[in-house]
Amino acid sequence: MTHRSRQLRVSALARIEGEGALRVVVQDGQVLAAELQIYEPPRFFEAFLRGRQHTEVTDITSRICGICPVAYQTSAWNAIEDACGVSAGDAVAALRRLLYCGEWISSHALHIYMLHAPDFLGYPDAIALARDHRDLVERGLRLKKAGNAILEAVGGRAIHPVNTRVGGFYRAPAKADLVPLAEQLRHALGDALATVTWVAGFDFPDVNLDHELLALQDPGRYAIEHGQVVSASGLAFPAAEFSRHVAEYQVPHSTALHARLDGGAYLTGPLARYTINSAQLSPIARQAAAGAGLGPTCRNPFRSIVVRAVETVYAAAEALRIIDEYERPEPSFAEVPPVAGVGHGVSEAPRGLLYHRYQLAGDGRIESAAIVPPTSQNQAAIEADLRDLVSASLHLDDAALTSLCERTIRNYDPCISCSAHFLDLRVERR
Amino acid sequence: MSLPRAVLIGIGNPYRRDDGIGPALAAAIEQLRPPGVSVTISDGEPSRLLDAWSGAPLAVVVDAVLCDDPAPGRIHRTALGAAPAGTAAGRQSASASTHGLGIPDAIRLAEALDRAPQRLVVFAVEAADIGFGPGLTAAVGACLPELTQAVLAELAADPPR
Repeated sequence: MTHRSRQLRVSALARIEGEGALRVVVQDGQVLAAELQIYEPPRFFEAFLRGRQHTEVTDITSRICGICPVAYQTSAWNAIEDACGVSAGDAVAALRRLLYCGEWISSHALHIYMLHAPDFLGYPDAIALARDHRDLVERGLRLKKAGNAILEAVGGRAIHPVNTRVGGFYRAPAKADLVPLAEQLRHALGDALATVTWVAGFDFPDVNLDHELLALQDPGRYAIEHGQVVSASGLAFPAAEFSRHVAEYQVPHSTALHARLDGGAYLTGPLARYTINSAQLSPIARQAAAGAGLGPTCRNPFRSIVVRAVETVYAAAEALRIIDEYERPEPSFAEVPPVAGVGHGVSEAPRGLLYHRYQLAGDGRIESAAIVPPTSQNQAAIEADLRDLVSASLHLDDAALTSLCERTIRNYDPCISCSAHFLDLRVERR
Repeated sequence: MSLPRAVLIGIGNPYRRDDGIGPALAAAIEQLRPPGVSVTISDGEPSRLLDAWSGAPLAVVVDAVLCDDPAPGRIHRTALGAAPAGTAAGRQSASASTHGLGIPDAIRLAEALDRAPQRLVVFAVEAADIGFGPGLTAAVGACLPELTQAVLAELAADPPR
């Protein structure tokens, strides 16, 4: 259900993805509060996973998000296979990475073209952008479609893939099934490179964040579906130690938990990935980044659009490489007999690091579950940025300030249902 | 294969009770195989809607809606040549994200990209229950024959030239 009509006074939507507001309090020229208020009701996934079988977890957690279901599936099967001491094997791992590349391409294209680019070009939305620049928006839609084509070919469908399971895939595609995909991806790679050139020409406010950054790192390649957790300041630990370093806590103004890394605010996502892992990018992605004026690190959140574009190049080229080297996994999955114990899984969702932890009983029942999505982890850092930004921009009227705050929030591509779609700014000037 | 004369798009989720009216209608039309009609079930994601109706002279879309002061099973029909200002499709989007783009946004985007069907007819069916689970409520299920006839009549009408 998507129809919101003035005449019909639609009061609720079936596919609602999230609502948030921002509250800013200014007194005597001082910003007392800048709160990203997430008031969407909690979704209780961790609670209703209890008592389900370990083989059901990927299908259930995939429903957490329609934009990044593969991220939820991946962190889940990483955790379950960790608990059960099973490795799905290299051929399955390659196919999983291909699937995840599809999600990155699709999600990044959506954010770059439909959500973020209008901010830089002075349009209220992508529809207004499309009226003046039809070819650009068509390019974005083509890219998104190429990402979706991977998800459909490997995962069975673009949203909430159904061909995936703990241990691997119900059916692995034959190499011949992937040939038409490769043709589409060669065009997508060209579109992705053109996207980098295009967004690199935008005007970027001069902002530099000094937050701690957290991302996965995988020796020899840009971490997506696997890796150890690494911070920009040199911290490194396996997924199993995540909860020793990251503590979630409640704030009164949000139904999504906030998180601290060893006591401080931190950021996950494209800026963290790029800053920590730019050396692991493939030559074509590194070249695109250099051409776009990115150095080895990027701490300007407005430039996250360039990093997403570079990551889209990486994902398209990586998908082509995997297809080129593809060997159909036989069998298409490993058996994962249940083992009593605890498993941890991490992966790099398009919006950042996603952690899952499951405690299993000997018969495979889930005894407890913990899911820490990227948007939760980023909330405190987003609020800190908003506070700084508002402090430096108090001369603006409410409308201009709202616009700037919205841009700031969109830099982080937050997904509230995973953890602001409808931003309602209240400035209290006392 | 020639391009279809018309596309019928049933939007919704059959596991959310009455939100399944779009897919249920699509299944009913599929069985009747009206000539020149391509039938699609969709989650309503705009780029896929655009792909489904691009190049079609006529697109008929069926979706569920929730209304204040509801009359479950009531059918609303809206025909759009071009979306006039003030209608749902003509309004500015109030959303700051793309997760929540709906049919009106999809129509506006299609128009901006010159990929709107020449004629678009939307049937909106008032829902009683969009909670979890399969199966339509009695009131919404009861409107299916009338809705099927109305959609068939729409699909049988002369295509726009």
